[in-house]
Amino acid sequence: MTRKGKRLTLIAGAMAVLGLAAGLMLFALRDNIVFFYTPSELAKKQVAAGARLRIGGLVKEGSVVKNGHDVNFTVTDKTNDLAVSYTGLLPDLFREGQGVVVDGVLQPTGAFRADSVLAKHDERYMPRDVADALKKQGVWQGETK
Amino acid sequence: MIVETGHYALVLALALALAQFAIPFIGARLHDAALMRVARPAAITQFLLVALAYGALTYAHVVSDFSLVNVIENSHSLKPFIYKISGVWGNHEGSILLWVLVLSLCGALIAIFSNAMSDRLRADALAIQGLLGAAFLLFILLTSNPFARVALAPWEGRDLNPILQDPGLAIHPPLLYLGYVGFSIVFSFAAAALIGGRIDAAWARIIRPWTLFAWIALTLGIAMGSYWAYYTLGWGGFWFWDPVENASLMPWIAGTALLHSAAVMEKREALKVWTIFLSILAFSLSLLGTFLVRSGVLTSVHAFASDPDRGVFILAILVFFIGGALALFALRAGALPVGGVFAPISREGALVLNNLLLSACCATVVVGTLYPLALEALTGEKISVGAPFFNTVLIPIALPLALLMPIGQMLSWKRGDLLAALQRLRVAFVVGVVAAAAFGAWYGTPFLSIIAAGIAIYLVIGGLSDLIIRARGGSGRASFKRLAGLPLSAFGTSIAHAGMGLTLLGLAATGWGVESIVAMKPLSFYDVGPYQIGIESVSPRQGPNYSEVYAVMAVRKDGATIATIEPAKRFYQARRMERSEAGIITIGLGQVYAAIGESHEEGTVDARLYWKPLVTLIWIGALIMAFGGALSLADRRLRIGVARRAAAPALEPAE
Repeated sequence: MTRKGKRLTLIAGAMAVLGLAAGLMLFALRDNIVFFYTPSELAKKQVAAGARLRIGGLVKEGSVVKNGHDVNFTVTDKTNDLAVSYTGLLPDLFREGQGVVVDGVLQPTGAFRADSVLAKHDERYMPRDVADALKKQGVWQGETK
Repeated sequence: MIVETGHYALVLALALALAQFAIPFIGARLHDAALMRVARPAAITQFLLVALAYGALTYAHVVSDFSLVNVIENSHSLKPFIYKISGVWGNHEGSILLWVLVLSLCGALIAIFSNAMSDRLRADALAIQGLLGAAFLLFILLTSNPFARVALAPWEGRDLNPILQDPGLAIHPPLLYLGYVGFSIVFSFAAAALIGGRIDAAWARIIRPWTLFAWIALTLGIAMGSYWAYYTLGWGGFWFWDPVENASLMPWIAGTALLHSAAVMEKREALKVWTIFLSILAFSLSLLGTFLVRSGVLTSVHAFASDPDRGVFILAILVFFIGGALALFALRAGALPVGGVFAPISREGALVLNNLLLSACCATVVVGTLYPLALEALTGEKISVGAPFFNTVLIPIALPLALLMPIGQMLSWKRGDLLAALQRLRVAFVVGVVAAAAFGAWYGTPFLSIIAAGIAIYLVIGGLSDLIIRARGGSGRASFKRLAGLPLSAFGTSIAHAGMGLTLLGLAATGWGVESIVAMKPLSFYDVGPYQIGIESVSPRQGPNYSEVYAVMAVRKDGATIATIEPAKRFYQARRMERSEAGIITIGLGQVYAAIGESHEEGTVDARLYWKPLVTLIWIGALIMAFGGALSLADRRLRIGVARRAAAPALEPAE
């Protein structure tokens, strides 16, 4: 192969690999990203049932009902509520009145079916998404750390 | 007094770092040997001063000096000794001080081990290292002073975040930083070479051991961190695609690419511009990681504090160094001599392909990490990009890369014979296919796991076949002699590739794991994969600074108890915080993993039980990769003192 030919092969190969990677990324970004909403944002957004979402807020006081591994609770941002159902073990730090982030699918009934529940990690820590949302609603209390 | 000495040492180190930048840099421009000679003692003294400061902070933690904000917030008099030491870096101020300690250590290492290069290159590299040190020392002194006092010292501290109180975490950050910051050496040499305008094979020979050194530390650091997450977070997962984890993965991928491209540059004087670019990129990604973790744009276990001033300051450092280096690169790269062009089918051709695929992986991780941040900043929409995204993109890139790795090893430099290489790999290929079939028959679906496991086995055998083929022939004794005569770096490559194969096998096997969430009644057994697990007792226990409820669980196979595990749920009084301690038993290469949740009145305990076949290979593979790297590093041909003789002709003016 000539010098020019070699160089072209190299460039063509590089383009092919990078193009493939870019294509894969766009494809994956279209299908695999999950939006984060608070219950109020969700109420405003008109999200279609079946969408994968991540919801953040506080676990409403007195809302947790356990039945074996089935748990029902309400996530609230003090303006709007969202009923959540979940099956499985709750994280160590899951408490009423504390911050929580749930991943799952919005049901046609308007309720939320969670497949994972994340609780805050630490006394001072609250999922930042939740803290921001609560600050926006003006119901934030506690340290801003 | 000791604390004030530490603080003072830090200020002195800053002044010295500025001198370490300015004097040798000017000296190099004026060709003044005396000025350039300042660099080495300055770098070593700067390290000693930062070490003194670090020692002072450690002392304050060990004696529980609660007049320091840093100690109050992160220590407790009852905390075990080892966590008093590791607690020094378990917080924002201390961890950034450790970062600077490692940075100044890198400067000192350059100063000590840099006989085999021109005075100008050394002076410029140390000057850049000094500038980096100055920037971060300024950051510490202005925004994150670990030596800040309080007027009224409390009696007791607030304790270290319990999640961080773990032996794994005592080792993880220093190793990770050694890797992260180790790339600063390569960065400094790249910037120095661009300033000096001379880049040749000798330069590649200088940076290769440093790249290897940083890469080994980073490999170990990442593996350690992932194992820690696996056994302390109680979810049975070892990688969450958390931006902070990605922050360490990005420089690792770039560093891996750099290792391979530097080999091409050293052997064939090609890929010069690209190698320089990767040298800048690897450390830039380390800086980006530092920014992500330390600025408070993210929340995670790793992000200790969010203070906007700090974020802006680190962003300024980031922009200055990355922007400066890239601008220098843009100005000078055009003037660099173009390297040779080579045949696509050759060792260097394969290494270029390796670099392309690794770059694609790296870009994916960068996009997946930064896209949500950018989107939130621009539109206010919050999204999360998790495992599905990374799996969709990375698997189709990584599996072909794994297929190509042994082929690349088999090709010779300049002109390779693809057919002959494939022929030499036929054993590996056949074994891989047979293994895939065997795994499929034994564990069943998912199909992806079967394919990945087959490729993994092929990679292990293929990686090692290079050694066997090179040693083969003649009597057993002659073969052995030939094997022993092979250069250490050949062993290094083969072993590191085989290690990658083992890690891949461990990753593939996650698809065959079994998870079950049960409310365990006393004395009844629950199936988890081939084992049965039952609770024998549940009782409370008191630790040094926590109380815990632990369950004794028996692991049975075919009715016989083969092990007991003790998962626990701990409660740390000082922070009023709970944490799980998983019960893990390794059986063969797999692990039975149990974490307990709440206990109920009727004696049942909520538990997560897992059987994870071959899971230990993920970390064993990483250890083997690092060992392969260490073998290469030990190769005397790569050692700098020896390289001097070889490099001497290349150091003459290129004209």
